Amino acid sequence: MLIAGVGGQGIILASEIIALSAMKEGLDVKKAEVHGMSQRGGSVVSTLRYGQKVFSPLIKSGTADILLGFEKLEAYRTAQAVKPDGVIIVNDQEIYPITVASGKAKYPQNLDQLLVQTGRKVIKIDAYNIAKELGEVRAVNVVILGALASQLDLNKESWLSAIKERVPKKAVQVNLKAFQKGWEVGEKQV
Amino acid sequence: MQKVLLSGNEAVARGAYEAGIRVATAYPGTPSTEILQAVADNYPDIYCEWSVNEKVAVEVAIGASFGGVRSLSAMKHVGLNVAADPFFSLAYIGSATGGMVIVSADDPSMHSSQNEQDNRNYGRHAKVPVLEPADSQEAKDFTVWAIKISERFDTPVILRLTTRISHSKSVVELGEPVKPNKATYEKDVNQRMILPAIARKMRIKVEERLKKLIEWGEDCPLNIMEIRDKKAGVITCGVTYHHVREVAPELSTLKLGMVYPIPPKLVRKFTDSVKELYIVEELDPFIEMELNHLGIFPKKGKDVVPVLYELNPERVEAALKGEPDPISPPMPSDIPNRPPVLCPGCPHTGVFYNLHRMKARATGDIGCYTLGALPPLSAMDTCVCMGASLGNALGLEKALGEEFNKNLFAVIGESTFIHSGITGLVNCIYNKGNTNLIILDNRATAMTGHQPNPATGVTLMGETTHELDLAELARACGASYVAEVDPYDLAKTRKALEEASESEGVSVVISKRPCALIVRDEWKPALRVDVEACNGCRLCLQVGCPALSMKEKIAVIDRVLCTGCGVCAQVCPEEAILERAVI
Repeated sequence: MLIAGVGGQGIILASEIIALSAMKEGLDVKKAEVHGMSQRGGSVVSTLRYGQKVFSPLIKSGTADILLGFEKLEAYRTAQAVKPDGVIIVNDQEIYPITVASGKAKYPQNLDQLLVQTGRKVIKIDAYNIAKELGEVRAVNVVILGALASQLDLNKESWLSAIKERVPKKAVQVNLKAFQKGWEVGEKQV
Repeated sequence: MQKVLLSGNEAVARGAYEAGIRVATAYPGTPSTEILQAVADNYPDIYCEWSVNEKVAVEVAIGASFGGVRSLSAMKHVGLNVAADPFFSLAYIGSATGGMVIVSADDPSMHSSQNEQDNRNYGRHAKVPVLEPADSQEAKDFTVWAIKISERFDTPVILRLTTRISHSKSVVELGEPVKPNKATYEKDVNQRMILPAIARKMRIKVEERLKKLIEWGEDCPLNIMEIRDKKAGVITCGVTYHHVREVAPELSTLKLGMVYPIPPKLVRKFTDSVKELYIVEELDPFIEMELNHLGIFPKKGKDVVPVLYELNPERVEAALKGEPDPISPPMPSDIPNRPPVLCPGCPHTGVFYNLHRMKARATGDIGCYTLGALPPLSAMDTCVCMGASLGNALGLEKALGEEFNKNLFAVIGESTFIHSGITGLVNCIYNKGNTNLIILDNRATAMTGHQPNPATGVTLMGETTHELDLAELARACGASYVAEVDPYDLAKTRKALEEASESEGVSVVISKRPCALIVRDEWKPALRVDVEACNGCRLCLQVGCPALSMKEKIAVIDRVLCTGCGVCAQVCPEEAILERAVI
């Protein structure tokens, strides 16, 4: 699976929770990402694979099962890495790159349509507003994870215990609620 | 034993603990930084430090080894260039009294680096063994092996990681830690004084040691031969092994965990077992040249496997099938790029905005501020290596004369200045330069994740220490003009820069303001735009702040991103950018 977004969106924490959930089921897990210069507001892609035995941490383009897009433009940028009958879960959020903010380029206005045109199954989730309703905008990543979890075959208990391990103690309850909300939205779209 | 999910870097830290290492040193550098961070966070028994640079880091580790203690020194690939001087001496001196591992984290594809040098070559160059793990489990295990080899063969060992090992996470089964060595010191001039007469003797030892290492490598557990289909076999190392297994699971493999020196008998045994030999390795034809030297030539090697950039499963598959290199994956080309940017509230912005307005020339250096070269600031002209800005500026002045120098600035961060800029400053003054230097002191080694440094007065282990006074240091070196400015104050910063360029001799302007990411609790409320006053002139966009954009010809400030630094408000000729409290 691939997770794409903008540096600073909490992609590394999200991929950490997914990896941990898979590990809790006794599966082999590998995940890869790049730190450093790209973190400063640039495009970020994390790859994650789990199964009985995983060799490469990287995924051949066009063969990923699922793409988790934290931002629409980044989801579209990475969409072709997903297999033709794969799934794209996309957070309904737009973050303008500096090239757009400075007027050098235009942010595409038809990304929803472009994503559907790739032929992959698209699940859209308004994670920001769901998190906002729960009173914790920082739980956006976990809302998205809930939607992802509804599409995967890992046990819910593994997810919940991974979340408890990796989010700050005082934020556990709100994050568990965020996960549940995300799960419900994802489930409806099957 | 317990199984945990660790990155390659975290696994090396765990390996250091299990190997009984008690001194660990490093200078931060992507992709190696988290090794020492993980040591500091998890293993309080290990003394660890951020050294001022990689050369000093290796020298401290050598000192520990002299004292009978096992040590580790970690750096990014180019860090070993800085540490090459002590490293090459160490190759002769050896490490019989305390095992030593030098971790080199290479960066194929230059995700966060200026070049993609292949540091396996340092093994051949210095005649020391190189271990290369293929995942986190091996990163931990090979660290333990490195110490064993180091003590048994009286040699430092390079543990070569790549970005895909350092920053990938996989499952690691933990081991029991061994007892550390007992610290002792015995004077031994013949082992530690690398004078010509002694070095000539050591030189013989180095060659004999290599022979013993080759012999050991013939059946060591680090080199793994797996015979599957006998039609063809691949010699490989590191993460590339996993790419090969992914795309061609039927092929036999010889995975070299010790990639230097290469054991000829084992290699011949493998080549005799398969009909066709392939060599699949990332970057240089390192294994291939070693094999060529033995008279072994693969059916497929660097003639089909690309020498440029990081390999991945699809590139390896294409190479083995003889198809064109899918160097970059398919992506839509008609959408805007998202390059990295200086963060909202970045203190460097105020300096770069001024340099841009002054149409100044700037020799740059290595850090977040390298991003100041990108539009719209476009405020830096050069970037060569750590500390190069000062020497480059002096060279330009000597070549083009003092007039050119008037509007020329060397720009360097405080951590990089301490790393290798101080000598450059002394050199400018000694050689009668008129250099203008800007030190961007943001109270952290920011690009690699806000590590403390001598100017912050805190150590890696969290202790307070002497805080280096950069202004005093500049004066002591002989700078004729020294000023400290707050870069959020554009006018005062401009004034200091102009005074620096007018004054005779070497001038130093220190821009002092903590990185916005380490003082989040000091952020002010987001600014707002007075839509009546804004005339859409776009001048504020010249600041290059990610929180600013234009919508329908009016400036817009993103409330979540804005830190309230006020730099854009100073730029606006219509005074249309206001504090929220004013409403």
